[in-house]
Order: sequence, then C-alpha cells, then structure tokens
Amino acid sequence: MNTLQHMRRGSVASIPMIIGGIPFGLLFGSLASSYGLSPWFAIAMSAFVFAGSAQFVALGLIALQAPIWVIVSTTFIVNLRHLLYAADMVKFVKHLPMSMRIIMGFGLIDETYAAVRPMYEVGSANEKNGHKVYIGSFLSFYVMWNMTTILGVLSGELIPGMSEWGLEFAMVATFIGIITPYLKHKAFWLCLLSAGASSIILFDLPNNLGLLVSAIIGVVMGFVSDSSSKTVSEIDDSMQEASK
Amino acid sequence: MNLWQGVLIIFGMFAVTFGVRFVLFARADKVVMPAYIEKALKFVPVAVLTAIITPMALMPDSKLDLTLTNPWLLGSLAAFVVGIWRQQQLLTILVGVLVFFVAKYGFSL
Repeated sequence: MNTLQHMRRGSVASIPMIIGGIPFGLLFGSLASSYGLSPWFAIAMSAFVFAGSAQFVALGLIALQAPIWVIVSTTFIVNLRHLLYAADMVKFVKHLPMSMRIIMGFGLIDETYAAVRPMYEVGSANEKNGHKVYIGSFLSFYVMWNMTTILGVLSGELIPGMSEWGLEFAMVATFIGIITPYLKHKAFWLCLLSAGASSIILFDLPNNLGLLVSAIIGVVMGFVSDSSSKTVSEIDDSMQEASK
Repeated sequence: MNLWQGVLIIFGMFAVTFGVRFVLFARADKVVMPAYIEKALKFVPVAVLTAIITPMALMPDSKLDLTLTNPWLLGSLAAFVVGIWRQQQLLTILVGVLVFFVAKYGFSL
C-alpha cells in the first residue's frame, strides 16, 4: 500500500465521527456570529486551536466577558485529557522525525485517537504506516471542522435545528464499537464501570473536569485490578488473532 | 473584544492546546515510559471514551434518564450488546445508529 492508501484508511475509519461532527462545526460558526464576533475570529479559532469542546467553552466565556487568562486556563483544563492520549501514543511516534510529531501533536483530538489507536492494537497500523493512517484521519477532521465553521459563520445554522437531530450519536456508537473489543478481561470491565459511574457522579464539575477525573479513575481501577501484566498481553494476542 | 484581544485569545488557546498535545511527543525519542505506566496506559482508550459517552447516553438533557423512552440509552445498549457479541465495529455502529433513530423518530410518530 502507498501513502495515500494508508491515509485513506484513516479517513474511512473516521467517517461516522466526521458525520457526527458536522452539526457541531456549523453550530460553532453560527453561534460565534450570533454573539457578534468577527467571522475571522471563529474561522481562525477553528484553524489554529482545533479543539471542539474547548472552542464552545471559550465562546461561552467570551459572551460572559471573562478575562483572557480565564479563557486560556479553562482551555488548558478542558484539553488536559489529551495528555493521556499523548502518553499512550509516545511509543508509536518516537521513531518519527520532529516535523511529523509536530503535525501529529497538533491533530491529537479525541476522534483521531479513537479511530487510530485501536488499529495499532490489532496490527492494521504499525511503525511504518501508522502515522500515515493518523494523518489521513487528522486531515479529514481538520477539513470538516474548518469547512463547517466557515459555512456556519456565513449562513447561520444552514438547516435550522440540525444540531437537534442527534447526529452526534454516531460518535457514541463509534466509541462503543471501539470499547467493546477490549472487554475480554475483568480489568477492562472494571475500568469501564468505574469511569462510567464516575462520569455521571462528577457530571456537575466545571470545565470537563468530571471527564478528566473519571478517566483517571478508570485507568487507575483497571491498573489496580490487573494484578498480573501477563493477562493484558494475552488480550493483545487474542485481539490480534481476532483481527486476522 | 478588539482585534488585539481576539489575537491574544486565539494565540493563548492555541499555545495551551498544542502544548498539552505536543509536550510528550517533543521528547518522545528520549522518554522511556516505565513499565507500570505503560501498563496503566492500556486502559486510557476504554476509560476516556467511556467517560465521554456515558453522560451523553444516560443524561441526554443533563439529567439522569434511565427509562426506555431515552433513545440515547436504547441506541447505546443496542450497540453495546452487538459490540460484545459480534466484535465488528461497523455492525456495532450501524445497529446502534438504527436503534437510536428509530427510537428518536419512530416513537414520536
């Protein structure tokens, strides 16, 4: 397979989540213009920041006339979960040139991590081609996010009420499709149950902190219950078998 | 908000977002993750993705709704069962989305 074919695999794996993201890009653009912000501000934010939930939180804070340091530090907290993704991806990027790591760092969003990380697990992405798959996924989301932001800014919500349709359920279903193959060992079940329960209990914490804390609780619970490292590598083997 | 404030907001948001995502990649060729950290990181996909979607599925209007009239819950349950049973991502997504939209729009007809 050549580079383009690997990139295409990354895009294809991202399709359901791209569909789910379209109403949000439109909503972001239209919300920004309804707050009276310059079209260029919304477009530049999507182009340079490229962080869905943090951008919505920032719009809310700008509407409240919050000081800049509050907006920036809130963005930091909302995006802190990406540090977990980066820590998990280090082993797959360490051989890559710095320029490639910069691009991959810029594009490290929930959806691309969700689409590409499991491919390393089952062997359909590896040291040689994984970054190409990743870039394919990143570019697809980047183009979608910026196009829909521009469309949203220019024409309001385009189709009124589109964000009420529930298209983002495609993301929920995709994430479930990513999670379920892991559930072959009780440590992963415990991880799922503790992260899920915590996310409900901590829902009212501000700035996605509930999400971050729940994720950490899930990781710790999984780690603690997984007393022997052997069991997890057995799961890797069985996942690789299953994908063949 | 004037132009300078706008530029500062975007630059600040870019700096912290890119910083969080890139800081470990920057030294990826030098960092050696201790074995126990690697072991814990195995749980990141399940933990984070679960923490993102559980409130979406169980609290669609920001309050707990565990009834069978909650299409988010029905669609998620369907996807979960199919995912455990067949382990095919595309099938999981299709069944989940189908059940969700039937529950959301079918029930209201």
